[in-house]
Amino acid sequence: MSAAVSPTRPEVLLHADNLTRRVAEKLIVTDVSFEVKTGELLGIVGASGSGKSSLLRLLNRLDEPTGGTVYLDGQDYRLLKPRELRRRVGMVTQRPYLFPGDVASNLRFGPAQRGEAIPDEEVELLLMQVGLPEFAAQEVSVLSGGEQQRVSLARALANRPEVLLLDEPTAALDEESKLGIEQLIGELVRDHGLTCVMVTHDRDQARRMCKRVILLDAGRLVQSGSAVEVLGA
Amino acid sequence: MLDGWCKVVRPWRCWVLKSLISSQTALGLAQAGIASLMAFAVVLLARRRNVHLESDATIALLRGIVQIVAVGSILALWLKAPRWSSVFLLAGMVVAAGSISAKRAKNIPGAAKVSIYAIAAGAGLVTAIMTWAGVIDTAITSLVPVGSMIIANAMNTNGLALNRFRSEVLAHTGEIETALALGATPRATIGRYAETSIHSSLIPAIDNLRSLGIVWIPGLMTGMLLSGAKPLYAAIYQFVVIAMILAASGLTSLLSTTMIQAHAFSAADQLVLKGAE
Repeated sequence: MSAAVSPTRPEVLLHADNLTRRVAEKLIVTDVSFEVKTGELLGIVGASGSGKSSLLRLLNRLDEPTGGTVYLDGQDYRLLKPRELRRRVGMVTQRPYLFPGDVASNLRFGPAQRGEAIPDEEVELLLMQVGLPEFAAQEVSVLSGGEQQRVSLARALANRPEVLLLDEPTAALDEESKLGIEQLIGELVRDHGLTCVMVTHDRDQARRMCKRVILLDAGRLVQSGSAVEVLGA
Repeated sequence: MLDGWCKVVRPWRCWVLKSLISSQTALGLAQAGIASLMAFAVVLLARRRNVHLESDATIALLRGIVQIVAVGSILALWLKAPRWSSVFLLAGMVVAAGSISAKRAKNIPGAAKVSIYAIAAGAGLVTAIMTWAGVIDTAITSLVPVGSMIIANAMNTNGLALNRFRSEVLAHTGEIETALALGATPRATIGRYAETSIHSSLIPAIDNLRSLGIVWIPGLMTGMLLSGAKPLYAAIYQFVVIAMILAASGLTSLLSTTMIQAHAFSAADQLVLKGAE
């Protein structure tokens, strides 16, 4: 599981410093700076096309910033090997993109990339945390949308990330599955001290889940503060 | 050669053309014109189905005739040159083949260089070994046509492999980036798509070998028969050439898909081969 908050962990775990991304002369993200505190769930909100997902992809360097950088635990992330950075900054996308095979093989994928084999007990523990006990041997092709997203979450957690990036993790789910995933993420943050950055277009969801949010418009950060201050009660 | 061909096909039709045209070159051009008209009739047929090939087909037909006449003329001069000089002609063909097939890998940086290296290594190695082993004669009249056949097929396979690779990557961007986000190396994320590309690129070469003699009798064997070779030897030698083509194509496909993988990613392990952002 993710590292719990320890007294030695820094108050600010992730610091985006003037992040900018320009693609073919078009500015996708412009001079965005913010901090993510250890153990908090920060929301990134904004209308479609405001640059939320593009900003999130800069945080684990899936895309390269054309300006600015990110500091992870005080260290410029360009100094880290990309594979090490992405182990420490995990990501869950809107579509789960599970790999063909069973649930256990999906959970083992990340650790296997650095030659680590996680035992059956740890697989079961991860699945229990996401509410899918005894799903290890299930083929991913038979899972529902909500179950797939839970497996995707467990797969990201198997890497023991310090920060988890969530890109509209409930956007493709029905109402019941959506509330289940919201509750699960809330528990991971509250009970296990996981640090999360979540992109959502759903303002109600942001109000329910995030204490602090940043609001993007046309790739620029236009407001940041508590969810109530930024989004209203 | 033309006389022999006429004996195989309908003699009276060849006779009609030959009675009208006395020069062998002019006769060849007239035959090329008839074949082009047939191709263009199909293009017009396709147009009725809203498939517009007019521009591509016209350019391809014009290029084809100009290029093959140019090569024929160069060969006529080259026959007097020393045998080793055919290496330069084949090297030129490799560069042209690489540039042409790289166009199938749109948006992949470095595709032309990868294609030239892969075709040079694949076709070059097989041609060199077979020439050394005495399977291909070192005479320019033998080495250049057989070498060019191997290069042309390697070019087609390379184009198919790169085109399929590009399609596979574009169709699986989500899966590839998910694996990258979990800490996988670029090669680990893309390996199975490269394998699919190799497999599908070799289907025509394998099918050619599989259907040899049953569905088609290739031009080389026909040519050998017309020039008086024994049918059994002509048949076996045709098999040898098709097997060489499979070997060269396979090696080219393996090499190009291996080399192109690095060009799909940036130095920071970011997928750069993507659709519009």
